[in-house]
Amino acid sequence: MEASAPRFGVAPLARTLLPAFSLALVLAAIATLNPFAISYMGFNLMLNLAIPIILATMAQLFVITGNDLDLSIGSFIGFVCCVAATWLTTDPLLGAGILLGSIIVYALLGALIHWRNLPSIVVTLGMSFVWQGLAVLVLPDPGGAAPEWLMTLMGFQPYFIPFPILAAIVVAAVTHFLLMGTSYGAILRASGGNAAAVARAGWSLLRIKMALFALAGLFGALSGLALIGITTSGDANIGSGYTLLAIAGVILGGGEFVGGRVSPIGAVMGALTLSLASSSLLTFMQVPPDWQVAANGAILIIVLAARALINRRKA
Amino acid sequence: MMGQLYSVGRNIEAKVMKFVSKALIVSLMGASLLAGAAHAATTDKKIALSNNYAGNSWRQAMLKSFESVGKKAVADKVVAKVDVFTTADRAVPTQAAQIQNLILQRYNAIVLNASSPSALNGAVRQACSAGIIVVSFDSIVTEPCAWRITVDYNAMGRQQVAELARLQPKGGNLLEIRGLAGTSTDAKIHGGITEGLKNYPQFKVVRSVTGDWDQTTAQKNISAVLPSLPPIVGVVSQGGDGYGAAQAFAAARKPRPTIMLGNRQDELAWWQQQKQDGYRTWSASISPGISSFAFWVAQQILDGKPVPKDITIPYLAFTQENFEAELKAIPKGGVASKDYTQAGAIAIITKK
Repeated sequence: MEASAPRFGVAPLARTLLPAFSLALVLAAIATLNPFAISYMGFNLMLNLAIPIILATMAQLFVITGNDLDLSIGSFIGFVCCVAATWLTTDPLLGAGILLGSIIVYALLGALIHWRNLPSIVVTLGMSFVWQGLAVLVLPDPGGAAPEWLMTLMGFQPYFIPFPILAAIVVAAVTHFLLMGTSYGAILRASGGNAAAVARAGWSLLRIKMALFALAGLFGALSGLALIGITTSGDANIGSGYTLLAIAGVILGGGEFVGGRVSPIGAVMGALTLSLASSSLLTFMQVPPDWQVAANGAILIIVLAARALINRRKA
Repeated sequence: MMGQLYSVGRNIEAKVMKFVSKALIVSLMGASLLAGAAHAATTDKKIALSNNYAGNSWRQAMLKSFESVGKKAVADKVVAKVDVFTTADRAVPTQAAQIQNLILQRYNAIVLNASSPSALNGAVRQACSAGIIVVSFDSIVTEPCAWRITVDYNAMGRQQVAELARLQPKGGNLLEIRGLAGTSTDAKIHGGITEGLKNYPQFKVVRSVTGDWDQTTAQKNISAVLPSLPPIVGVVSQGGDGYGAAQAFAAARKPRPTIMLGNRQDELAWWQQQKQDGYRTWSASISPGISSFAFWVAQQILDGKPVPKDITIPYLAFTQENFEAELKAIPKGGVASKDYTQAGAIAIITKK
């Protein structure tokens, strides 16, 4: 626990404003490099693959709220994609059943972690191979087709506001309400802050852990569905990059690894910043090919380091 | 409302652009008739390469080939701009996002070595509907609007067995080295080898190991099984694994079999050493220069030429007689490559 960090005042404010600031900075850079990108179509193209990243970040956020880490969310998303590209299309009832079942598995993992007091990193690392293996079993060769309704949904073009931005606002509002606006949300966050006090007040820590992991499973499943709606076809290795992106999104958005201190709105902006910085900005900067991979890493470090710098100065 | 306004605006813009580009083409055609150049329709076009991995010698050579041919095409005023993009990780969504950003950069054609045959289809379709030509090569995509350039891997596998039969007419036990599991390339080469073996019943594959097209992996996995194997006369492989196989046999003090090689510099250098006591073998692989071929395919399509959607190009093979000349040209740790010229590419495209 950081006893020195003030509960109210400048630091929490900076923590909320920083994600917005980084996002504005990345957008400004993109607008200078490629003005054509700042348009309805531009935002659609730049951000539609940010939707699954945002949802994955939310899944990770729930796990981090309870002082845990989920290293399996990426391969879980891959598994959901494979189920969606096969059974959900051919036999919607079976597909939906499997997805529901996998969310229950997530809740049971939470129970296992609480019951045996296991480190979540170890349990979820193991599960990442299980999900990966199941994904390969479901879809041995890349292919399959996403359900029609999912592709229609992800291709939705509302008036004025590009769909990815609309989706980001909805996800931010819903998760903010869940964690910040309800009394059980406060209990969930408190379980990461001071679990003993929550238990003494009569709340079941087991149930809290199960709820957090079930929420992670739910948002992971939504992320997989969004992803397959965009790519239209599956691949067992599709989600591998999302585990670390999701963690980085939560942290960039002002969350802390411990203490139940998370910010859903910040995390949504963090995920948006990450996906813009690591893809659009890099493409528009026209870095020489030999330096592109390193430049991507450098951008991520700069964006994440800004947070640490501001936090330290204010605290 | 804004969406409608936007699309109306886009329509007008498109019409104006069409008129301007038509006028431009007409005037350029006039100019080129005077100048005698033949690339009127593509001088103002931009072509991008989207690549998802750069971590081995083959991919490095592939990028170099595209870059050097592209640079020359820009200098010769065949096209306006050629850029190379590699994603930071091998993940599929990263490359899908990259393609979407290339659409926003208004490239006229995207040449693509895909991270997944199917999961990039959404992004590829978006590019196609934005009027962008998509040409996939090596690891191709299944989306029908894209062009697909592949190497005849099946023929490469069959030819390996035929060459082996020429070098080891009496036949015997074979060891097969497989590539990265689950990839279409591995399946096709293996299929070719299996088909080829049907014609030569004197050979029998006694064991197959995974080499992942990587010398170290091949050496490790072969070393593990060698002690349990009967005498081996030949090794059929997929390229990038032959030198590792040779090392494994040498380390186990087993007699040196006829190892089919895959055009890597270390493999050909080993061949040159062994040649001194009369060792004979054969080497074949896909040329990284396939990227330069894909570049010319994109240029030809932009030029309005009819190009079939599926094109197969020959693999690159070397024999006892000509491998040493090639070896001199390959950088240390590299792989034999052949850059395509525009004329060379057109010859293959129109051959059918």
